[in-house]
Amino acid sequence: MILIPLFALLLSALLFSGFLMLVGKSPADFYQLVWRGGFGTSFSLQNTLQRAAPLILTALAVAIPARVGLIMIGGEGALVLSGLAAAAIALPLIGHTPAFVLLPVMALAAVWVGACWVGLAGYLRHKRGVNETISSLLLAYIAIAIMNFCVEGALRDPGSANKPSTFPIGEANMIGKIPGSDVHWGLAAGVLLAIALYVLMARTTFGFAARITGGNPRAALAQGLPVGKLIMASSMIAGACAGLAGFFEVAAVHGRANASLVAGYGFTGILVSFLARHNALAVIPVAIMFGGIAASGGLIQRRMDLPDATVLVLQGFIFVVLLVSETLYGRFKIFSGERSTDRV
Amino acid sequence: MTEAALTTVVIAMIGGAIRVSTPFMFVALGEAITERSGRINLGLEGTLVLGAMVAYMMSYRSGSPWVGVLSAGGVGMLLGGMHGFICKLPRVNDVAIGIAMMSLGVGLAFFFGKPYIQPTAPRLPAIPFGDWLGLPQAWRVALDINPLFLVGLAMAACLAWGLRNTRWGLILRTTGDSAPAARAMGISVDRVRFLATAAGGVLAGIAGAFLSLYYPGSWNEGLSSGQGLMAVALVIFARWDPLKCVLAALLFGAAGALGPALQSIGVTQGYYFFNAAPYILTLCIMVVSAGSKRAMRHVPGELTMSR
Repeated sequence: MILIPLFALLLSALLFSGFLMLVGKSPADFYQLVWRGGFGTSFSLQNTLQRAAPLILTALAVAIPARVGLIMIGGEGALVLSGLAAAAIALPLIGHTPAFVLLPVMALAAVWVGACWVGLAGYLRHKRGVNETISSLLLAYIAIAIMNFCVEGALRDPGSANKPSTFPIGEANMIGKIPGSDVHWGLAAGVLLAIALYVLMARTTFGFAARITGGNPRAALAQGLPVGKLIMASSMIAGACAGLAGFFEVAAVHGRANASLVAGYGFTGILVSFLARHNALAVIPVAIMFGGIAASGGLIQRRMDLPDATVLVLQGFIFVVLLVSETLYGRFKIFSGERSTDRV
Repeated sequence: MTEAALTTVVIAMIGGAIRVSTPFMFVALGEAITERSGRINLGLEGTLVLGAMVAYMMSYRSGSPWVGVLSAGGVGMLLGGMHGFICKLPRVNDVAIGIAMMSLGVGLAFFFGKPYIQPTAPRLPAIPFGDWLGLPQAWRVALDINPLFLVGLAMAACLAWGLRNTRWGLILRTTGDSAPAARAMGISVDRVRFLATAAGGVLAGIAGAFLSLYYPGSWNEGLSSGQGLMAVALVIFARWDPLKCVLAALLFGAAGALGPALQSIGVTQGYYFFNAAPYILTLCIMVVSAGSKRAMRHVPGELTMSR
């Protein structure tokens, strides 16, 4: 099963090399810089892990609904709105609330807002048959507009002139780093959540029912499975994951809510989840890989004089090739995953 | 609000509706063709952005905006054709491919578009209907109509007629409603869908050219935020009917013009709300139209979305 995504990665790397040669750059330099900027030194590795943390969470936000057969791509919106909610709920509490109370309150607010936001797309899908892919993406645009509206209006810190932001939550209230590293606790939370959700999907009745629904919704209905509840639950879990990513971005990285939250983590998360074949455990290494590519972006820009959109092009190549390679499943014996003895 | 201010807003909204609706109209017509063949292309947002960039680049390089429009259409055809070709392969999900093509299109546009953010390219001319009719100043601005708007109207009419009355229209509708029936008629389903997706791409590319060469009239990375996607949602609302696509596009244009129109008379509050208005409107429209049985009677039977 792992062969085809690996094959797709290799093929897209080759195609992207061709693309780089077309624009007159050296692919060898490029991949070397990705290695050095993303994984080569302990500094770059920590930078990579820092970026992988939100990617794990936003990828889970795609992977869980995908198991129920939904293509939910609203992670970016849930992340942004949850980050805003976390910052907003912290503001009246700062100063007279200790951090160990404040942070859980912020996390709860973020998770709840995220769950409701993506849950709304799930609800519309279930109740009204609204296409969840389009509605979740529309909700993402709406969420970004709400965030901009709030940080330029009611919640604005007058001191943030160039980049409208909320008031900072304060250095003392920020989440620290994992001891001995520069990586915040969001990574640990992401890894733990990925493992927990893997167990949920692979080992519980809920996961089993969800997978049946994803495989054949009609059969699931005929079996009397609560399809509506499964759709709602999976989209709310998805929103909660993205919301947690928003919480960590505010409480551990930026310290306030502003346009920096719109960093594309939600959109890269879609690709991560597809490449991991919507498997919660596989999400972890894939997210680290894309974290590395993102982390090396700055180095590539400076050394090779390439625009920052280079990473987007590479991601687009990988995404298209990956989906095309789905056609290979069941076509060739080496890809089928099991040795077929019945065919001669 | 005084009466004069109200008139200003109304005129600005009419003008805005005509200006803003054109890209919606093109993308929606393109998507209507594609969806009538039984396939959904969510990647038109990427086609729109890449089309906008290519149009701006070619207009800047060649000095003629029409060269830009043509090359945007060409690039749109390439992307649409690629989508159509990939979806022909078995076990490939057309919705997911749409997302992938969206990210590829946007990525390529940002990659090659970097050097063209600064320079000014020749823009598309407008036809000054207001001048010809000798109307007052406010109306003149509103009635400067871009030729592409008229092309879009004509195309919608041709499509509506052609779908009903020509052999090609019948082939397209049959393919979209029932692939087995089309095969029984000796139609190559894959080829029809490939052509329909490529045609949809051409129109989305031209819509992009309108964005960068007429209104707003410059290339930058925030040029289209979701307009291609909204147009896809709009097709459902328009029940896959080209003429209704035009009406829906005008409605969206008016909604999009509301913010700037209010700004022009000094109402700046809720600027972000009015920015979000088209998205909220789209969502509401989807909620209303998706659940209704009457809308579902018009849905092409082969569309994955409806299953």
